[in-house]
Amino acid sequence: MRLVVTAILLILLSVSAFAQDTTALVNALAPGNFKDREAAVTALAAAGNDATVPVLEALVAGNLHVRKSDQKVFITAVKGDVLSLVDPQTMTSAGEAAKADLDKIKVNNALRKMIQNTLGGLTLLSEDIGVRRKAALNILKSGDPTALQALEKAVAVEKDADVKALLLQATAAATLKSDKPVADKMAAIDVLKSRTDRETSSLLTAFAATAEGDVKTAAVAAAESIEGGQAKWAAAQNIWYGLSLGSVLLLAAIGLAITFGVMGVINMAHGEMVMLGAYATYVTQGVIAATFPGLMNGSLLIAIPVAFLVSGSVGIAIERGIIRFLYGRPLETLLATWGISLILQQAIRSMFGPTNKEVTQPDWMNGSFEIAGGFALTLNRVAILLFALAVFFGLMLLMKKSAIGLQMRAVTQNRPMANAIGIRSSRVDALTFGLGSGIAGLAGVALTQIDNVSPNLGQGYIIDSFLVVVFGGVGNLWGTLAGALTLGIANKFLEPFAGAVLAKIFILVAVILFIQKRPRGLFALKGRWVDA
Amino acid sequence: MISLAPEPLLGTSGKSFVALVLAVGVVVPTLNMMLPEASVLHVPDHIVTLVGKYLCYALLALSVDLVWGYCGILSLGHGAFFALGGYAMGMYLMRQIGTRGVYGNPDLPDFMVFLNWKEMPWYWQGFEYFPFALAMTLLVPGLLAFVFGWLAFRSRVTGVYLSIITQAMTFALLLAFFRNDMGFGGNNGLTDFKDILGFSVQAPLTRATLFALSALALVTCFVIARRIVSSKFGRILVGVRDAESRTRFLGYRVEHYKLFVFTVSAMMAGLAGALYVPQVGIINPSEFSPENSIEAVIWTAFGGRGTLWGAALGAIVINAAKSWFTGVMPDAWLFMLGGLFIFVTLFMPKGLAGLFSGWRKFATSKSGSTHIPQAAE
Repeated sequence: MRLVVTAILLILLSVSAFAQDTTALVNALAPGNFKDREAAVTALAAAGNDATVPVLEALVAGNLHVRKSDQKVFITAVKGDVLSLVDPQTMTSAGEAAKADLDKIKVNNALRKMIQNTLGGLTLLSEDIGVRRKAALNILKSGDPTALQALEKAVAVEKDADVKALLLQATAAATLKSDKPVADKMAAIDVLKSRTDRETSSLLTAFAATAEGDVKTAAVAAAESIEGGQAKWAAAQNIWYGLSLGSVLLLAAIGLAITFGVMGVINMAHGEMVMLGAYATYVTQGVIAATFPGLMNGSLLIAIPVAFLVSGSVGIAIERGIIRFLYGRPLETLLATWGISLILQQAIRSMFGPTNKEVTQPDWMNGSFEIAGGFALTLNRVAILLFALAVFFGLMLLMKKSAIGLQMRAVTQNRPMANAIGIRSSRVDALTFGLGSGIAGLAGVALTQIDNVSPNLGQGYIIDSFLVVVFGGVGNLWGTLAGALTLGIANKFLEPFAGAVLAKIFILVAVILFIQKRPRGLFALKGRWVDA
Repeated sequence: MISLAPEPLLGTSGKSFVALVLAVGVVVPTLNMMLPEASVLHVPDHIVTLVGKYLCYALLALSVDLVWGYCGILSLGHGAFFALGGYAMGMYLMRQIGTRGVYGNPDLPDFMVFLNWKEMPWYWQGFEYFPFALAMTLLVPGLLAFVFGWLAFRSRVTGVYLSIITQAMTFALLLAFFRNDMGFGGNNGLTDFKDILGFSVQAPLTRATLFALSALALVTCFVIARRIVSSKFGRILVGVRDAESRTRFLGYRVEHYKLFVFTVSAMMAGLAGALYVPQVGIINPSEFSPENSIEAVIWTAFGGRGTLWGAALGAIVINAAKSWFTGVMPDAWLFMLGGLFIFVTLFMPKGLAGLFSGWRKFATSKSGSTHIPQAAE
């Protein structure tokens, strides 16, 4: 029965170029029984123009009504107690009507199925390339053999190469489920092998379960090759997620690598420096939105120096006011800076309230690009990774090539000698601490794009940051880079097996054990002054 | 130079502390139970619970001081031992609920029924017996501290590194206990307790008894800790604190000393947690949060590091202040606490205890016979 209908449909479709005014055909859907309606659908589909698809979709969804007074058919939507009407020919609103004035056009299961097939055929020949692509993908997923003839027709007229390939693959998928000869099925498997998605591999597996002999082996092999390819993309995806997490860890930890790694100050308020940077971004955006709304897309770039200065100057104030009295007493420093972190958190909470603040994402960070096999890079993550690397190498340059960097290294290596050759070590201390805090502020700018801006923002990163620095090796920036990326990637590779929380626990335990083995981290500094 | 004159077990301040805690342990429950509610001297029930909680915190601070004040191990994970002891006690209390839970299941606690568990996991076996549960409140934290300490001290992880990995340890446990699959009630933890040893946990008499027991535990642990630190063993601990390498070169196995005192301290923290849970009526994973452990350190620093009784006093004073401030001006408390951290480290290196005994030390230091070594790190 269905084949007959499809055949009639196709014949009629071939004359669809002579599309006529479909109003009468649409109105013909209403009267009579289901059988009459079937014929009406066929006739309508044969006339197929763009207006047909929404009518048939509405019919399937039960949104097609006929007005009792003049037997005219409308697409409807429930709007409170009444129905709003849309004229199917012009797709414009035709006012509202009470439910009692309309009759619903009913469909049964057989009719529904038939309409859906018709829709498939119609959409395959649509003028919109997006609709055609979607229709092809749908058949590829379902492998519905009744669509075969429609597909062949569509392949013959398709001009776009991509969609044509997709149509051929859909044909192959439908062939597998049809009663075509074995040779055709072998060819179909060959076509499907080039796909990389999970649906195709499960389609092939399902087919292999019903097939026998060579076809079965070929199907199994094809499914396996697709799955193998998928595993590679999944691994690539994991590495990417790991790099992305690692870049966030790197940003959070790199400031700490200066204050803790280079100066030896345990700054438990480091997370709050990150948080201050995030709030500086929020305020900057607010000011820009109020004064120069045209600059909104560049607001993050403007926030970068602002956040650096805010966090950096708070850092210098802390160093001058408190930490300088505690040099050489690391555990006391830990407690005092913990106190500072509590005060900063509460201060921000009092000023901005405890709720999350919204930082808008600039357009250029929005979106993603897909590479293959469902592997997509989101732009904001790419931006953060690049930003983290830029900050890292900028800092490296500053430490290795600039005069202030040289002085910083001199003071941390041998303070009395540095004093003796005329370096004002207390000034260098303040600047170093300010630099570390300022970089934490930069991390705050980046984190506004992926995390909630709240007074507790910094808390979530402090333990991770310390682990990264300790794991990488105190006093070594390369160690921090290696530590952050290693921990990030390891975490993401564990997640599929263990779940996010267990993966995190594994990483914590692994770092604890690693520190037993190498108490000074991956890249331990050597030399006499290390132990001093 | 460390004086070699034998140190008295308790000393004047220690004796006063023991007397004071015992007196509170007797007087508060008595005033609560014996006097009519209308009486001026009557201690209301909620005060008994509140002060009982402070006593448990005092015991936790004592255990932190034992390792930090005398051995230089700054543990930022002692809250984990406290919480583990609490969970062991909580498991016993859960098993006592029986059919009185919401689901009325005679075998399984409510949260297991809720998660569709069919039978009790193996690690819940035995917790229906009080002596077993009590032993576990000491053994579980003790074992964790032993394994952790054995790994860390053997490979000479010291100072800041040790502090950070202890923090990572409690953080890992926090995350683990949040998981429903762990079988400890997920983020709700264990609560809705009914009985302890057949007595209702809500009854005033039970509360008064728990209060007295907390005071007794504090005194007992104080005496044990004093016994450790006043012995020759304790002198070596101080040696480790002030000059670890030098002590090692003198031939002492530094890691053994550290491991012993770390394990004992963890067991004390576990006991504190076990007494804490029946009094507050709940234990959940937030007890593992690193903030709690750091707060315990600040109680110790505020009260006076390396005095034991000062640490306990610091815990009580800060928590009393916290209760008062969070009631009167909740916003100001974090400013207060943060300011306290900074003030104590900058201006009160010897804490409250230093203020109390300052005049005596001043008097003795004039004779020049005893020199109190400055705590390094």
